[in-house]
Amino acid sequence: MRELVVISGKGGTGKTSIVASFAALARDKVLADCDVDAADLHLVLAPEIRRREAFVSGKVARVDPEKCAVCGKCAEVCRFDAIAMDGPPSECVGKTYRVDPISCEGCSVCVRFCPTDAILFEDTVSGEWFVSDTRHGPMVHAKLGVAAENSGKLVTLVRNRARELAEANGLDLVIADGAPGIGCPVIASIAGAALVLVVTEPTMSGRHDLARVCALTEHFGAKTAVCINKCDLNPGVASEIEAEAGADGVPVLGRVRYDSAVTSAQVDGLSVVESGGGPAAQDIRMLWEHVSAELW
Amino acid sequence: MIVAIASGKGGTGKTTVAANLARRISESGRPTQLLDCDVEEPNCHIFVRPSIESSETVHVPVPEVDEELCTLCGECARVCQFNAIACLKKSVLVFPELCHGCAGCWLVCPAGAITPGGRDVGVVEKGEASGFAFVQGRLRVGEAMSPPLIRAVKKEIDTARTCLIDAPPGTSCPVIEAVKGSDFLVLVTEPTPFGLNDLRLAVDMAREIGLPHGVVINRSGIGDGRLKEYCGTEGVDVLGEIPDDRRIAEAYSRGELAVDALPEYRGRFDALRATIEERVAELV
Repeated sequence: MRELVVISGKGGTGKTSIVASFAALARDKVLADCDVDAADLHLVLAPEIRRREAFVSGKVARVDPEKCAVCGKCAEVCRFDAIAMDGPPSECVGKTYRVDPISCEGCSVCVRFCPTDAILFEDTVSGEWFVSDTRHGPMVHAKLGVAAENSGKLVTLVRNRARELAEANGLDLVIADGAPGIGCPVIASIAGAALVLVVTEPTMSGRHDLARVCALTEHFGAKTAVCINKCDLNPGVASEIEAEAGADGVPVLGRVRYDSAVTSAQVDGLSVVESGGGPAAQDIRMLWEHVSAELW
Repeated sequence: MIVAIASGKGGTGKTTVAANLARRISESGRPTQLLDCDVEEPNCHIFVRPSIESSETVHVPVPEVDEELCTLCGECARVCQFNAIACLKKSVLVFPELCHGCAGCWLVCPAGAITPGGRDVGVVEKGEASGFAFVQGRLRVGEAMSPPLIRAVKKEIDTARTCLIDAPPGTSCPVIEAVKGSDFLVLVTEPTPFGLNDLRLAVDMAREIGLPHGVVINRSGIGDGRLKEYCGTEGVDVLGEIPDDRRIAEAYSRGELAVDALPEYRGRFDALRATIEERVAELV
């Protein structure tokens, strides 16, 4: 069983549109949407949810106002500026301490140091994950709660469930749509992948962000390849990107031309290879051939 | 005035809006500061080409254990919620990359064997970009946690100036860290199904944390009408639109500001600035 993870460094380079097309082109696979923070793959793949589970990510602190002695120890030890004296009144005092659940890191230090044991430490549900059927096969996806933490943990969960599902069904490939950036959810999505495909664009920003994301995959020893999307937007920068990737030993597996059919397909809820045979669809078919050759 | 610029979806034009606004506000003669809090992939510098005058490494405190003093009592491992410190039979093991820097272990250690050391999370760079102050964070490649670095960038906020914060994409902890404490949040989106889906998440986030907000529609003209329908029925304030213009995309690809490469767009960014100022004034 192999895992292909598609990431981008810079956001909005076309990662999800390319993954949706791979979903239509690849056989015998499970799809995983690891961009749990702003998931979009479901908009094209229209999953029918078969299983739905809460994501319990960790704990957050909560002050019991009746027990709070207003000593301020909790606010003093909190490193995340999550505690302030703006809580509700108790029987004895007009204001108590309160933990802001959004800023709370779940470290439990306040719980430990509260002299009156007034702080509770409770499980927090910070999202949901799903196993679904799509017209292109099974899919594991998730929705991180608004303003929630621990997206890396949820990414790991989605990947593990997708791999288990593939193994249980005798499917030999997982295709994962990753998150932008180089931080926690990206690191969680690339560890142990057979191939990381970075989708970039020929802009100065795309080039800058590609260099950082390739440094990241190198740091974690992940086999990496590149695809240049909207390659005709700035052919000069596209050539520079190719030269730099080549010098770093990172193969460029495809160039996808700019094509307004990509947006129209998205509006119709289709991947671009399903919607027609224009330039982007042709280029993505070719890209997929190169990617599968690299995978096996 | 502190204005944060964010978006659920990446690549919708956050940096374009932040950098072009910074240039126009500063050209109007007002003291301005641009802070790039997209520390994973900071891009503002490509467009505003600052001269960086100082660079400071930011550290997150992580435990350092003095084995001479350690009694192997295990209190540190019990308080740690992140599995960053483990107490074995003969030694204590620290996993600095898992540490959130909460200080729990050195606060609880009864033997005083733990002191805070430092894990390098990245750098904060400060400088000047043709008339305005510039600050950016650059996350160290391999570092997973960006919020401490974002906090360090925001310590440089100069409230005597009009401050613009370029936030990371998404809706989770790094975004919250970047936008909280702002007076107003500008959400940049595009009229496509992905843009709409991620805007909904971003609007939910803004409502959850109680930040006044409005939307800029970029690449206006592509996609479909569902975005405007949503803004209408949900009462989401549309602050302005930037048309889908290949020349803007080409200028962007070369690392040029739209207001420099295409002077006819100056008025549009000036109008956007005026609208944002009106909204902020209404809040007071």
